[in-house]
Amino acid sequence: MIIDYVGVKEVSGSLIVIDGVSDVSFEEIVEIRLDNGTVRQGRVVQIDGDRIVVQVFEGTKNISLNNTRTRLKGHPMELSLSSEILGRVFDGVGRPIDGLGDIFPEKKMNVNGMPINPVARLYPKNYINTGISTIDVLTTLIRGQKLPIFSGAGMKHNELAVQIARQAKISSDEKENFAIVFAAMGVKNDVAEYFRRSFEESGVLQRVVMFLNLSNDPVIERILTPRCALTAAEYLAFEQGMHILVIMTDMTSYAEALREFSSSKGEIPGRKGYPGYLYSDLASLYERAGMINGKKGSVTQIPILTMPNDDITHPVPDLTGYITEGQIVLERALEGEGIYPSISVLPSLSRLMKDGIGQGYTREDHSSLANQLFACYAKVKDVRSLASVIGEEELSEADKKILKFGKEFESKFINQGFSEDRSIKKSLDLGWKLLSMLPQKDLDRVDDAILEKYYQEEKAGDKK
Amino acid sequence: MKNRNVIYGINGPVVTVKDTDSFSMMEMVYVGKDKLIGEVIGITNELTTIQVYEETTGLEPLEPVIGTGSPMMATLGPGIINNIFDGIQRPLREIENKYGAFIEKGIGVSALDEDKKWDVKIKVKVGEKLSAGDIYAECQETSIITHKCMLPPGVAGEVVLAKKDGKFSVNDVVVVIKTEYGKEIKLTLCQKWPIRSSRPVAKRLPTTIPLITGQRVIDTLFPVSKGGAAAVPGGFGAGKTMTQHQLAKWCDADIIVYVGCGERGNEMSQVLSEFSELIDPKSGKPMTERTVLIANTSNMPVAAREASIYTGITLAEYYRDMGYHVAIMADSTSRWAEALREISGRLEEMPAEEGFPAYLPSRLSEFYERAGLTQNLNNSIGSVTIIGAVSPQGADFSEPVTQNTKRFVRAFWALDKSLAYTRHYPAINWMQSYSEYFTDLDPWFVQNVSEDFVKYRAKISALLHEENKLMEIVKLIGADVLPDDQKLVIEIARVIRVGFLQQNAFHKEDTFVPLEKQKLMMKVILHLENKARQLILASIPIARLQERGLFDKLTKMKYDVPNNDLRAFDDYIEEIDRAFNEILKV
Repeated sequence: MIIDYVGVKEVSGSLIVIDGVSDVSFEEIVEIRLDNGTVRQGRVVQIDGDRIVVQVFEGTKNISLNNTRTRLKGHPMELSLSSEILGRVFDGVGRPIDGLGDIFPEKKMNVNGMPINPVARLYPKNYINTGISTIDVLTTLIRGQKLPIFSGAGMKHNELAVQIARQAKISSDEKENFAIVFAAMGVKNDVAEYFRRSFEESGVLQRVVMFLNLSNDPVIERILTPRCALTAAEYLAFEQGMHILVIMTDMTSYAEALREFSSSKGEIPGRKGYPGYLYSDLASLYERAGMINGKKGSVTQIPILTMPNDDITHPVPDLTGYITEGQIVLERALEGEGIYPSISVLPSLSRLMKDGIGQGYTREDHSSLANQLFACYAKVKDVRSLASVIGEEELSEADKKILKFGKEFESKFINQGFSEDRSIKKSLDLGWKLLSMLPQKDLDRVDDAILEKYYQEEKAGDKK
Repeated sequence: MKNRNVIYGINGPVVTVKDTDSFSMMEMVYVGKDKLIGEVIGITNELTTIQVYEETTGLEPLEPVIGTGSPMMATLGPGIINNIFDGIQRPLREIENKYGAFIEKGIGVSALDEDKKWDVKIKVKVGEKLSAGDIYAECQETSIITHKCMLPPGVAGEVVLAKKDGKFSVNDVVVVIKTEYGKEIKLTLCQKWPIRSSRPVAKRLPTTIPLITGQRVIDTLFPVSKGGAAAVPGGFGAGKTMTQHQLAKWCDADIIVYVGCGERGNEMSQVLSEFSELIDPKSGKPMTERTVLIANTSNMPVAAREASIYTGITLAEYYRDMGYHVAIMADSTSRWAEALREISGRLEEMPAEEGFPAYLPSRLSEFYERAGLTQNLNNSIGSVTIIGAVSPQGADFSEPVTQNTKRFVRAFWALDKSLAYTRHYPAINWMQSYSEYFTDLDPWFVQNVSEDFVKYRAKISALLHEENKLMEIVKLIGADVLPDDQKLVIEIARVIRVGFLQQNAFHKEDTFVPLEKQKLMMKVILHLENKARQLILASIPIARLQERGLFDKLTKMKYDVPNNDLRAFDDYIEEIDRAFNEILKV
């Protein structure tokens, strides 16, 4: 028997309260029919006896106390899935918006997903060659990793994400199995269009699933957008055996939607008004990356977030950094100098790289080289701050060398073209070439044997 | 008959039941038709509040809530070591076998393998009088750990039945005792204990034995004792987890309990795969033979995360009672504190600092006070050492969890982001860190290493502090203008930092360093400092010594001298002396 509940008891923000409801389950999906014929979707977020609180995805505009009929759908939020979703475009809650009709579901999955049993996880070790020196050498991306890009408003994070998606190399026999899931949360129309066009130009559009919640779309839908996208990703990865790269942008908008929802529910706010459960909530998204023992596919995540006021200690980047396996941080100063990608090397980190590089993966010298580059570049920063006090001329010879190294490192190593695809060997060699500008004895992070083999002081001048 | 208790309200992981008086505080309950595990956390005349340890999606009002009459219990018996549990002690491998790669709701599996037969030796005879803590049976749990079944605290009596040695499973009765009131108690291989209460001991002992970790900066500068408590605070990327892993791998405790509390899933799978490959240097057996893992990753239910810390420490105390030295790594206690905050928020409690509940400090102190070196009820000596990671928001150590933790631990290893940026690992900042265990431990170091060790340490520490002061000046005007004796401090401190404090976890000689080698390294460094100072007094510029490359050579001795042959250090001393003499001669 299907019951329609007429009217609501209370409307507040994006929430409505309905009385006298029976047979309702927590997080169940409801359909709200307005007098004017529009239909909205909502989700049960609290139950108190026969009173329920429903979060309306499309917002509560036009809802009055007596112009609605609400129907319980009897199941939590589910996404219809089949391998036909490749190449399709959906809205923020998983409804097709490309005019190609509904998906004929092979399977319906709860968008909240289930936690992967830590025992069942396969420790990710295969590196993804992105063709970007800074990432490949210093913050290597590993298949099954979640590696966010911390950016700021107006920086080139979208370009970087596109370049990674385009150049990410998976060995040729697995090319068939590679696909991208793209989730846009509160991004501008032209940004979404930029991604679509870029995917089209690189000829991967048929292997992209897009979930779009643009900045003029309902805010509350945004809370479901990444969940839908990740459910699709999990389906493709673990049911269809594909390697999935999930790009989610912008996580800050997502967190803001969550804050809006939380405050309209009257919850006690935590830091900067974000709900106390922001960490757990973000974790329930990010932790859906990974690989599973005995399954072929993988889910790799590149969430993008813009740090308000470029502040890395803002709750969203802060909590994200505690969950993800490293971060790629963009720096406005480098961007200003015209360096692309403007990756700030020192705070960037990939936690999984140590087991995915070195002999058998990239090259034996990789980890020593990376450590040494980090250490030397850190010195560059010290010397620069000293130089700004006493002037460059007053610096010692050794310090001047370091300064020169810093300059070259930024303009040759970090800086690279938007369509330039460097092989890992080329990137590593470039790193050694730069290190060879410094005296051999200063390279204290490298084993002598490796130093012997790769350090090339005398040759440094010869090469062009 | 009373009314059946049913669900009234649901809000995230918090469920309420109306008009009932049948539950007691902290009682474990089964919620709903799927029998989700929950715990009573609040009782009023009208409403009983329950936190549910599993996902509540799909739960409906009017589903039943059934009490168990007892608080959350850990099951203690053979089969714990080498296992991996979630926050409420459900074995994750078993769950994978039964339910696949994803964790579903309402999983009913028992904590220990009930079918496995253990080779049990019965240690008591009929007629013997036993008291709490006495060992009545033993079995070989793993190749290095002998499991001892002890009378639970509060139980005593005379043995009226004792089975013969043989094969038993955890729930088989092996001994029956009769208490002085004539009540018979059947003893199996396992017992239960409420996770939120500490297990009683005969008495606490002063903590005078260090926990040897093989990590130079910890053993030398900031040691922790067996039975002590240490905190490792650090922002993300500072190397908390790496430090915890190193300690879990190399510290000389008999048993490691590693609690992954609200952390990354991939990290736990790394621990799993790494520990099974690693060989314990003491026993020559795989590291997993002495390790228990508790994995409640950040996406697993938040209430179980809150419980995971208690489950871990209860297991640790149980093995301590057998006379083992146990170290528990909790990564990270901040996630646990956040779980407290999250649940407290759902209960609409009045928040204190930064939204954390007002009882945060008392909960933290309760936890850290469960560490200690103790004489157990059966007179054996055991210890529980707690090493808790703290993840301060925005790497700001003034936040409540770090500050309150500081009050209850005596060793504080502050991880420093700027050290981590330069890839100086372990990134323990020597200026901010401290250990209060020195006075307790120094006699041990004098007795077991040598008096020099304590002297060298004081000298090393003084040099680092001096360097820190000088660096203020160097930052402003550069190192070139300093007088030679101060330049020497800077040079030597660099050797100490790079050659001694920095330690490469991936280098086979450097990942673990015995105390003797630590001592000799300090000796060589200080010898160079001493000789160089003599040169400077003789007005010979320090550059002359630098030319010889001795400073750089010393920064690499950690790799060049193998752990099992320390004679090479004499060559270093000789070489320094030779260089010194030659410079003087010219």
